[in-house]
Amino acid sequence: MRLPSLLLSTFGLLAASLHAADPIKIGEYASLTGKEAAYGQTSHKGTLLAIEELNARGGALGRPLVLLTEDNQSKQGESATAVKKLISRDQVVALLGEVASIRSLEAAPVIQNAKIPMIAPSSVNSRITEVGDYIFRVCFVDAFQGNVLAKFVQETLHVRRVAILTSVSNAYSVGMTRIFKGRFVADGGTVVAEQKYSEGDKDFRAQLTAVKAAGADAIFASGYYTEAALICRQARQLGLDMPIFGGDGWDAPPLIEIGGQAVEGTYFSTHYSPDNPSPVVQEFNHRYLARWGELPDAWAALGYDSAFVLADAIRRAGSTEPKAIRDALAATKDFPAVTGNITIDTKRNASKSAVILTIKDGKYKFIATVAP
Amino acid sequence: MTEFLQQLVNGVSLGAIFALIALGYTMVYGVLRFINFAHSEVFMVGAFTGYFIGQHVPAHSMSGGLLALAGAMAASAVLGIVIERLAYRPLRGAPTLNVLITAIGVSLLLQNLAQYFWGATPRPYPELFPAANYNLGGIVVSSNQVTVVVVTLALLLALRFIVLRTKIGTAMRALSLNPKAAALVGINIDVVISFTFGLGSALAAAGGVLYALNYPSIDPIMGTLPGLKAFVAAVLGGIGNIPGAALGGLLLGVIETFVNGSEWSTYKDAIAFAVLILILLFRPAGLLGRFTVEKV
Repeated sequence: MRLPSLLLSTFGLLAASLHAADPIKIGEYASLTGKEAAYGQTSHKGTLLAIEELNARGGALGRPLVLLTEDNQSKQGESATAVKKLISRDQVVALLGEVASIRSLEAAPVIQNAKIPMIAPSSVNSRITEVGDYIFRVCFVDAFQGNVLAKFVQETLHVRRVAILTSVSNAYSVGMTRIFKGRFVADGGTVVAEQKYSEGDKDFRAQLTAVKAAGADAIFASGYYTEAALICRQARQLGLDMPIFGGDGWDAPPLIEIGGQAVEGTYFSTHYSPDNPSPVVQEFNHRYLARWGELPDAWAALGYDSAFVLADAIRRAGSTEPKAIRDALAATKDFPAVTGNITIDTKRNASKSAVILTIKDGKYKFIATVAP
Repeated sequence: MTEFLQQLVNGVSLGAIFALIALGYTMVYGVLRFINFAHSEVFMVGAFTGYFIGQHVPAHSMSGGLLALAGAMAASAVLGIVIERLAYRPLRGAPTLNVLITAIGVSLLLQNLAQYFWGATPRPYPELFPAANYNLGGIVVSSNQVTVVVVTLALLLALRFIVLRTKIGTAMRALSLNPKAAALVGINIDVVISFTFGLGSALAAAGGVLYALNYPSIDPIMGTLPGLKAFVAAVLGGIGNIPGAALGGLLLGVIETFVNGSEWSTYKDAIAFAVLILILLFRPAGLLGRFTVEKV
């Protein structure tokens, strides 16, 4: 069943004075339910908060912003349908989405064909922005993150022999494995076992038993939290007590809820840590907490930034013409965002720093920031 | 060698769950000659019932775990009987294809109702039974794996007793042999069919709870893949044949685990299904099935 979730954002206090102006329609497609809903929900909350704050300051070009959201249920095939609907029926001027790379990759060609600008808040797979000149992102790419992780495990954890578990039906996981492996091997490390699984798998004992026999110093689980939590649990049950680590795909509360004791002492890299003492981050934490009653995670921060970068481009473009917005987006330079200053490079990616976190006593603990 | 034995342990505990689900498919096929595709959703509802009961019983206790297991089995048995009464009984006598399509409809209905009421986000499953890991000379066996195998064996023996030694079991076999003759000698067909659905659904619920204990993350579409595998296991063993379903489940679980642990893990489903095709090429009625000519 499709849950029609056309969520209109509230216009804020200034709505009354602005109601004469035509609102600017912005589309969002997100995994609000389903397997990756933990990402989709917080990303959506971040975006919604940004739209509310923008409207409270008068919107853009003197017009309020309205966010039209479609849920793709974390399912393949739904994102293309959702963006087609947003473009043809709702006639949005720009699109925001997705967290999961595979769903951004699905929607991007449709959006590129329609010549509407799209900003992926947090999909790291390199191929997404290669789809065309209307596709942007406000996060780093997997090439950077894979290198950061390879360097971290070799230099800080002193790991020389690693086993990799890849989700072969997940574009993000495949990309992360490829980059990590290239860098790790180039730096003198050895990949002793490469095991594969598919999205939605729950039994990893077979792969982990093979890893155990291969004698690895650490395990790289390059997929999402849904599988990573079960991988950690089953690894610990089989008596594998070496470090397990992953990328930003791990960054969601269910990792700890499902993983429990098994994810203690694991590491992952991500985009944002609420523990960062920078005043920009602390003020954002405060506003987000006041609005949603919880601290923001990386997806919330990037969802928030994606809306602000878009509004800034609309303002600089001086028009809601998709072509004008695209050109303004491409010219984004040193935009002060909560996840760091954003400059869009020639490949339409943002170059930003990554943070490395560990889990201690059921909570995230900040380890290091790695600049590009 | 250690790795081989460890994979065997992993495979047997996965296969035991496939076997429990496969029994439901095979029993319904045995009496009604159709595949109940809603079975995988009964499995899912069983896991969820265990989850909700698990919120109210003490965790890590034998009695709490057994209570959740029994409660889930009872609730799913009722669900199975209700599904048969509302969706399949009105179609009795209609072509098998109509019932098959209805079964797919019931499956989608249950899946979507579950998404509507329980949400599509995966939930962590509580630890119902006392959890421990035993290390037997390098081979690690978790208490949940032991629970799976013990519960499956106990249920198989109970099922064998019911089918071979009780009056209702005899009636089930009579119905499977020849429905018209069974009715003529005074067997109440409706009661026997309801009982079969109840029994099969209870086994699926047990499978659901055990599956969730081993892979502690449940969601409304969790039944699809294990359901499909169990269906394959039932066909592999010879559909309609109870020991065949158990053997098929075990075999499929072990094959899948070994492929998964090898370098061909990407092709695990392809290899599992290639084995199925090979077996069916040489034994069209399945491993333990008897080949009969369809009467026209």
